[in-house]
Amino acid sequence: MSDLLKNTSLSLNTADKIISETLHKCDDGELYLEDTKFETVTLDDNKIKSSDYSTDTGYGFRAVTDDVIAYSHSNEISEESLKKSSENLKSTLKSKSGTYNSSIKKTNQKFYKDLDPIETKSLDSKIELLNLMNDYSRSKDASVKQVSASFIGEKKNIEILRSGGELLKDSRPLVRINISMMVEKDGRKETAVFGVGGRQSYDEYLKDDSWKKLCDEAFRIATTNLKSKPSPAGEMKVVLGPGWPAILIHEAIGHGLEGDFNRKKTSAFHNLVGQRVASEGVTIIDDGTLDNRRGSLNIDDEGTPTEKTVLIENGILKNFMQDRLNARLMNTNSTGNGRRENYKHIVLPRMRNTIMLSGNYTQEEMIKSVNKGIFAVSFGGGQVDITSGKFVFNCTEAYEIIDGKIGAPLKGATLIGDGPSSLKEVLMVGNDMMLDPGIGTCGKAGQGVPVGVGQPSLLIDNMTVGGTQL
Amino acid sequence: MIKEKDYLNTIADQCLSKAKKLGSTEASVLVMNSVSENVNIRNRKLDGSTRSENLGIALTTYIGKKKSSISSSDLNEKNLDGLIKRCVESTKITPEDELNSLADKELYFEGDKNLDLYDETILENHQKIDYLNEAEEEAFSKKDIINTNGSGFSQNKSNFVLANSNGFSDGYKTSQFTAYCEVVSKNNGSMERDYEYSSKRFFQDILKPKDLGAKAAELALKKLNPKKIKSEKLNIVFDKRIAKSFLSAFSSAISSSAIAKGTTFLKDKLNEKIFNDKINIQDKGDIKKANGSRYFDSEGVKIKPLDLVKNGDLKDYLIDTYNGKKIKMQSNGRSSGSTNLYFLNGSISFNELINSSKRILYINETIGRGSNLITGDYSVGASGLMIENGEFSYPVSEITIAGNLNDIFKNITLANDLEFNYATNSPTMLVEGMIVGGK
Repeated sequence: MSDLLKNTSLSLNTADKIISETLHKCDDGELYLEDTKFETVTLDDNKIKSSDYSTDTGYGFRAVTDDVIAYSHSNEISEESLKKSSENLKSTLKSKSGTYNSSIKKTNQKFYKDLDPIETKSLDSKIELLNLMNDYSRSKDASVKQVSASFIGEKKNIEILRSGGELLKDSRPLVRINISMMVEKDGRKETAVFGVGGRQSYDEYLKDDSWKKLCDEAFRIATTNLKSKPSPAGEMKVVLGPGWPAILIHEAIGHGLEGDFNRKKTSAFHNLVGQRVASEGVTIIDDGTLDNRRGSLNIDDEGTPTEKTVLIENGILKNFMQDRLNARLMNTNSTGNGRRENYKHIVLPRMRNTIMLSGNYTQEEMIKSVNKGIFAVSFGGGQVDITSGKFVFNCTEAYEIIDGKIGAPLKGATLIGDGPSSLKEVLMVGNDMMLDPGIGTCGKAGQGVPVGVGQPSLLIDNMTVGGTQL
Repeated sequence: MIKEKDYLNTIADQCLSKAKKLGSTEASVLVMNSVSENVNIRNRKLDGSTRSENLGIALTTYIGKKKSSISSSDLNEKNLDGLIKRCVESTKITPEDELNSLADKELYFEGDKNLDLYDETILENHQKIDYLNEAEEEAFSKKDIINTNGSGFSQNKSNFVLANSNGFSDGYKTSQFTAYCEVVSKNNGSMERDYEYSSKRFFQDILKPKDLGAKAAELALKKLNPKKIKSEKLNIVFDKRIAKSFLSAFSSAISSSAIAKGTTFLKDKLNEKIFNDKINIQDKGDIKKANGSRYFDSEGVKIKPLDLVKNGDLKDYLIDTYNGKKIKMQSNGRSSGSTNLYFLNGSISFNELINSSKRILYINETIGRGSNLITGDYSVGASGLMIENGEFSYPVSEITIAGNLNDIFKNITLANDLEFNYATNSPTMLVEGMIVGGK
């Protein structure tokens, strides 16, 4: 029984017929149906800027043979539109012939509840809370000049119809609460952003006035940065804090282990399975099965149940992350990493929650061992060039380390490194693994998907820090 | 094919009258439709094709000074009715903001639409594939080009109608043809990638496929076997494709929303020198066939040509209605941001620019976010080429460049090689004395 076809003129029967007739000579493919509700309520400059609500409904029809993908999507869910898409797919693949493998693993696993987070908290109470966050933040100190806060909620229902009549469903809530602050003192301005989120209702993040902690944290970072001095430039030791700094792992290593880049041999890791790519003691997994986490999924966007995939074990490269297409072409199985931003996009192998597991050292031991270096506590954005392996990060909270002690905060530090070699430079893995607060969005080929990261504190022997101080 | 104006108008009218009936005092609606067809190839073989059809509405309703918005891709009447109702209900409980309003009537666009923004040409997929094959063929004819990350061609056509309860109703078609080619070079264990792309409103204006492939290959080959250099202060020349990012940072920093909130390093700098005397920046929406051209912004306000910077002085902001009221300035039609934004040409040639000192670092790729618009701090990862005595000497990678936009802006020298390849365009740019982080 399809829920998403219910309010359309297209019957499941007709859809099944068109799907089977289109895909019978293909290796793979499906009709992906999606219905998304999305709401943002934003406070900015002392005012509720507006409340925006949107709905987006559509289908993506995919046919795959060999390594060729034909895709057609539309938000008009009708027999006529689907037939037009079918013609389009058949014309692209007309010279090809494949064998449809209809089997797909089944699961009853549930890592989040089927709830609509937009409706479980009223607009009134969201507005009230945003005003409280604004007032509380501004009352902290006269230096707080701007506050912006938002509630972003989403409910996405998906259905996957495969040739042969198989129907797979998932229903995914997602929320995020954000606050950003600008402080100004003695002519200097600094900002900070902080947020939390995941696949459960807003109230789970708001218990015991915990919204105050969000404001406190943004205020702490912004105020720290008011005292920051120019960052040094050059190679030095870097201690990474636990939690969110794991986006460095995501960029430096994660993307290079996605199946498509390795099938196409454009990743610096494509011929390194079974070889040492990281220091001993470094184990990295990509896990779609953590309860209520931003990067978790019951099934991926091709219907494959998600799993916990070991990428690197004790420094040795074990597995790539796969969707169905790249797995088939590389003679392996999908790891449940096939994802898409929405029905407008093709499936790509993408990360879920990418995590480095704990080791034995304390953060204190790491700092103590550094004569001259930096301690990076939080990052803004990061980016990687998969082919050359080079990646960068902008630190949003960082300190100098001098003679084993944490010193002054640093401003505008950028870290740049080389993915394949950076994890070989790991000297100590901390015992304090932490997951990020639930705020990550990963961009690839113009598609953004929610992801999570986690890591313990790490000591890296040698990275290039980009600052203005020679 | 894409929907015609009458179809879009009918939906727009329905939304406005329904909103009024439910109690909104003012309303504005955008109805848009686009169809795009893309093909991708890799190693001269078809990799995939995508056809995209998008139809949607975005509605904002006002009740006095209260405001709320909805958008949807499901134009089924029952669904729309429910959403419009939800929008009006949300409006009622959203707090008042005395600055909320539609744009002033007298600023609305009126007149002829003669900018040539729509090309009727329809390319079949096999024509797109032929184009891409020719581009990759050319790239692969160069030694050490061993792979591609893929090449793509997209044809996009859109139509829209913007209407509001003040009587504004207008729209037009636009088209965009885009081709890119991204290749991988390999030599002595070093593997690099680079790309070239071309995107124009008219098919005949995009790069010829051979030139696209040749350029991508040339760039990827030049990057092979890079060196990392020492941390030092250097004069840096930014390739046009990077130089334009300084204009993007500049335009964000002078948006009326940033100015009104004070979240920009260019606050209170109007009529002050922020660049050196030789720098001039314009933003013009009325250049024929240009990527950034438009007749009016997302509020229906006509696009006024702007001299943003004249002889180094900041002369104007990019202003929309709401934030304009906050800073007591009239909208100049920039609620959708800049249009065709560009530096005017400098007075010296590219050759003179790269010969201006003995050692120059030529940057043609940066990664990372770059600019902090509140402080002006700038820091990115970069790769490029070392130029010694005017000659390209060796590739450089895994470095950072850093500075502050306040200083960078005052130390810019521009060549005289401006071209209109994108919506935002810069001639080749020299910035003296930037800090390079390396070994």
